[in-house]
Amino acid sequence: MSGLRYVYAVCHPFGAALQAQLTGVAGDPPRLLNHHGLIAVVSHVPEADFSEEALRAHLEDLDWLAATARAHQQVIDALTAVTTPLPLRMATVFRDDSGVRVMMEEREDDFRRTLDRLEGRVEWGVKVYVETEPEPSARPAPPGRKATSGRDYLRQRRMQTRAHEDQWAKAEELATRLHETLSSRADDATLHAPQNPTLSGAAGRNVLNAAYLVRRDVSEEFVEMVDRTKDDVPGIRVELTGPWAAYSFAGEETTREENAGEGT
Amino acid sequence: MTVVERREIALVDLLDRLLAGGVVITGDITLRIADVDLVRIDLNALISSVNANVPSPWGD
Repeated sequence: MSGLRYVYAVCHPFGAALQAQLTGVAGDPPRLLNHHGLIAVVSHVPEADFSEEALRAHLEDLDWLAATARAHQQVIDALTAVTTPLPLRMATVFRDDSGVRVMMEEREDDFRRTLDRLEGRVEWGVKVYVETEPEPSARPAPPGRKATSGRDYLRQRRMQTRAHEDQWAKAEELATRLHETLSSRADDATLHAPQNPTLSGAAGRNVLNAAYLVRRDVSEEFVEMVDRTKDDVPGIRVELTGPWAAYSFAGEETTREENAGEGT
Repeated sequence: MTVVERREIALVDLLDRLLAGGVVITGDITLRIADVDLVRIDLNALISSVNANVPSPWGD
């Protein structure tokens, strides 16, 4: 058996089969590695692309990153259709099957605890944007055209700033209220950093980028709650994504260890 | 559950989850994404996406 082992997720054994034509990140179909009563979902990846050095370089290549992320998501998505997977961080790669088994033994208690917490739940993403497109009249005069007086210009700028501040305040209020309401219906909630508009290509400025862990059986109600706020305030946009596997809630519940402390 | 329209998932939404979410494993692995400088990835991705068809906001 050649190649490294890319692990997508850990889950409880499940009866259903994965879709037959499902392929993983390097085109290899994912296999189920059963160990100690848990399943690791694994596929083979070439060392040339997934050794530490190669991986480090690839991660800065947007096309590679996009293709790999989509392939990873496809496997997680297929798992979500048949069970509640515990997703691992993207590009978790082991030397061989025995490395995967050792890891499963070491983390067995954590995995079981987290799988129980996530069981029957999915993640929904909710983003709030402030539309920042200025009204044509509020734009500063284009260069070349005769400017009105300096005082006029300053007055225009002041009004423009005030309108923006007003819009921001409204967006902040809506985002806070929405986050409180949705959190009350969710088992857990977490905030991602606002998205860079150039990266997302989305219009407007992202002021809320939240994720909610929601039971499947209340998801319909949850989606309706988001839908109802959608047109509440003009100039403010609410977007829903999901259902996702519980990526944002796969860490330990209490401490969100962000520090990768190297204590050996 | 209502059938949510299956739009293509935006890459940023995906990366929010794949690069920052999921269980972080230590041990016999080739590289921990947690150890990779995500700001740098973000920056590089940003640069290449600007170079693609996004017109410069200052260009008009």
